[in-house]
Amino acid sequence: MAAADVAPLPNGSEGTRTRWKYLDRILDRPGPFTDPDSFAPGNHETLEIAKVLHSGAGGLGCEILKNLALSGFKDIHVIDMDTIDVSNLNRQFLFRAADVGKYKAEVAAAFVEKRVKGVSITPYCGKIQDKDEAYYKQFALIVCGLDSIEARRWINSMLVGMVDGNDPDSMKPLIDGGTEGFKGQAKVIFPTMTSCIECQLDMHAPRAAVPLCTLATIPRQPQHCIEWAHIIAWEEERKEITLDTDDPEHITWLFQKALKRAEEFNIPGVTYSMTQGVVKNIIPAIASTNAIVAASCCNEAFKILTNANPFLGFPGTDGYMMYTGDESVYTYTFEYEKKEDCPVCGEDALARPLQIDPEATLQEFVDSLAERPEAQLKTPSIRTTEKSLYIQSAADYERMTRPNLEKKMKDLTAEGEEMLISDKAFPMMFKFSVVWKK
Amino acid sequence: MADIPPPLQGPTAKEKKYDRQLRLWGATGQIALENSHILLINSGPGVVGLETLKNLVLPGAGTFTIQDSAVVDEADLGVNFFLEEKHLGGFRAEHTCVLLKELNPDVQGHSISEPVESWLTQPDALKPYSLIIVTAPIQPDLLAKLAAHADQALVPLFYIHSVGFYSHFSIHLPPAFPIVDTHPSPETTTDLRLLKPWPELIAYAEEKTKGIESMAADDHGHIPYVAILLHYLQVWKKEHNGEVPNNYKDKTAFRHLVTAATRTDTPEGGEENFEEAVSAVLKSLNAPEPSSTVKEIFKVPECVIIRDNSPPFWVIAHAIGLFYTKYGVLPVPGAVPDMKARSADYIQLQNVYKSKARKDLAEVLESVRFLERNANMSTHIEEKDVEAFCKNAAHIKLVRGRPFHVVPAEGDLKFGANAKSLAPGSSDADFDSDTEKMTSTALKLVDSLVKEASYTIDEDEYDTIRAQIAELAQELVRAGGGELHNIAALTGGMVSQEVIKVITEQYVPVDNTCVFDGVRSKSSVFRV
Ligand SMILES: [Zn+2]
Repeated sequence: MAAADVAPLPNGSEGTRTRWKYLDRILDRPGPFTDPDSFAPGNHETLEIAKVLHSGAGGLGCEILKNLALSGFKDIHVIDMDTIDVSNLNRQFLFRAADVGKYKAEVAAAFVEKRVKGVSITPYCGKIQDKDEAYYKQFALIVCGLDSIEARRWINSMLVGMVDGNDPDSMKPLIDGGTEGFKGQAKVIFPTMTSCIECQLDMHAPRAAVPLCTLATIPRQPQHCIEWAHIIAWEEERKEITLDTDDPEHITWLFQKALKRAEEFNIPGVTYSMTQGVVKNIIPAIASTNAIVAASCCNEAFKILTNANPFLGFPGTDGYMMYTGDESVYTYTFEYEKKEDCPVCGEDALARPLQIDPEATLQEFVDSLAERPEAQLKTPSIRTTEKSLYIQSAADYERMTRPNLEKKMKDLTAEGEEMLISDKAFPMMFKFSVVWKK
Repeated sequence: MADIPPPLQGPTAKEKKYDRQLRLWGATGQIALENSHILLINSGPGVVGLETLKNLVLPGAGTFTIQDSAVVDEADLGVNFFLEEKHLGGFRAEHTCVLLKELNPDVQGHSISEPVESWLTQPDALKPYSLIIVTAPIQPDLLAKLAAHADQALVPLFYIHSVGFYSHFSIHLPPAFPIVDTHPSPETTTDLRLLKPWPELIAYAEEKTKGIESMAADDHGHIPYVAILLHYLQVWKKEHNGEVPNNYKDKTAFRHLVTAATRTDTPEGGEENFEEAVSAVLKSLNAPEPSSTVKEIFKVPECVIIRDNSPPFWVIAHAIGLFYTKYGVLPVPGAVPDMKARSADYIQLQNVYKSKARKDLAEVLESVRFLERNANMSTHIEEKDVEAFCKNAAHIKLVRGRPFHVVPAEGDLKFGANAKSLAPGSSDADFDSDTEKMTSTALKLVDSLVKEASYTIDEDEYDTIRAQIAELAQELVRAGGGELHNIAALTGGMVSQEVIKVITEQYVPVDNTCVFDGVRSKSSVFRV
């Protein structure tokens, strides 16, 4: 395994740490806020032998790799499945125009390894879901700069599931960062000890989707025309082609369709850029904000492993830092309460109440699960203690249970019944108890 | 397939590369960024300045220049990402410049390795730069010289210091730094004028609510909520001597009136448009009064007296001030939020607001032209600038820039050309005595501040302050003037955000000092 190779020390300075002069002042001297019981002055080894994993080699990821390497970490692993796109170059500073099309993890790892001598960076070009517990177990902590909530939820439940009460090493701190425009947040999670990503899910509530009937019959906004082209027109006219939102021809087709529809309804404002933004769900991103959030994550990682100073996320203290730069500069740190009934880290997976309209069809209920802040499940399989209502994880079961989709909820389940929902995107079960909506 | 899409007319290469940021500051912001020439006067370990520049080179700031007389040493390589082993012994300015330029081929970069003391004595040394960033430590007399230039040439000046887990930066802006495009959060920008409707809006509401009681279910469920609220306001006024609901109690009662008018015999058991109307009551039924910050702007001298060289902001602000004096409201911004409605009804409503906004704009524009003539201005302000101003008139901001308060170094803490080795805590032997010196200097500052503010402080409070200051001083001395990469990178991120805000004249910059505490992960902003 590449990670086992001991990285060579820089030429001419073997064994000396002149290079780390500034860092060593912090490592060698306790400060007024350091906890004397956990801080060992002069300990450089912890940083050198700690294996850290970073997932996501995008805007945050480039910054995080650079920061980890210059924080004294020597054995860094990075996971990312994406390849480099030209629109990454305004902030993902480890990539050049000539790298467009190559794997992000590979290019980023090679760049930082070359720039910061003595650090070893092991890339994995693939999905975090490809890896198992044994893989995640080797790391001291995990830093995430992911752009999807699904990936965050997956790694969160993996790390929570790994915790073994008898083995303190099985608890891997998770540090997670995210940005949007001039705003961002960094948070530290100690799985099972502090609130987890799933406990905090309502902070990531998805934007409410525009009702289909608005798109189909009464559009009012340019975005409605674009969504119509995206969801309805493509399905009707180009069903045989899989929509690729990175293909300019496909975006142009949607743009033209949306524009024509907007003209019919006298709606101004459809542009190519807006079409791309709506269809790809683009979130504005700049180097500055990535720098702030990534550095905050790495500062916490450094403090957690060295105990050089108190860190965010210590149970009972602030674990979440929000940054807002639109109007002056504002940071807000707070503690997010752990949820007793969290399906991932809650005591023994208590069933959470779930409001259901008894008159709604199962299909409507399935669709609503994607949007409900407390669930956010796009491909749910649903069963009650009595029977399977709809199972989409296997084709045979799907065919068997499909007729249920048209039935009303009141004919399929009953108030107070326990409902188990799983989703192939997550390695766990969500337990709800049915409450009829009045 | 019947219709083949016409040839691609997608974005340009530049639009593709900068797509994620153009969605924030737009083409005008990008042009401002590309026209800038940023000077970095670098010192100390020099990381925070370069991390700031990195975040400005990437989005395409036109040109940068690094002044730095340091020679690359081994310690630089452990903290600075823009240096490599082969640069040891070379000029730091030169090598960091080359590696930064690699980040973006659209950006020009220059380096100056001459010591800042002598370089600054050259006449016009600072002339080419549209914005200056200086990193501590720097001699107070040099900082004073830079501040004097910033004052005289109206060039924004940034001063940054990053030591260990702490950092701070201050911004010296021109004495008047007005911003039109402040990007207020969307929730605060809806301005529907429901309490001051104009005849066309009243007519629209009457048309859409005609026979509302006996309307067919589908029509009733599609009345835009603006029309619903205007209709029930009329009903309310009839019962309340022509008064609109203007306190919380009345508004709650009015909300009940609208709730009661919702039809519940629908398949959904309610109506979405009525739900929207109910939830809009508290936030939409407010007198369209401008904030005191905006009204203050109309009263400042630059706004009151328009001269031939008055910047466009003041001419337009004056014209809008006239509009406000005449009507008691700002021009209608013209935007209408999305709401449940049929397409044609919604578009018609949008046009009612747009026409009114255009009418108000025409009146403001007329005042602008009058002011231009009156002051004998040679150039005309573009109509689109007046339009943008009218749209955001309720959210304009004025920042009063002011010089830094530089504490003269009186013996205790003297940073010279050798600041790197003289920084407090740089040697283990002096650690305790440096901490003591730093603490006593800080306490002297506190004492003079307390004295100047004629603030009386009791013994306990003073002891607490002393203890806190001693701790902060100790944490600072611990770093020995060294930078931690993470804190430098984080601070560089914050400063570059501020630089972008200042260059694009968008969003609202820090006024004027920000401190970051990496021990507790908190920031604070002060005006000093
Ligand atoms: Zn949880």
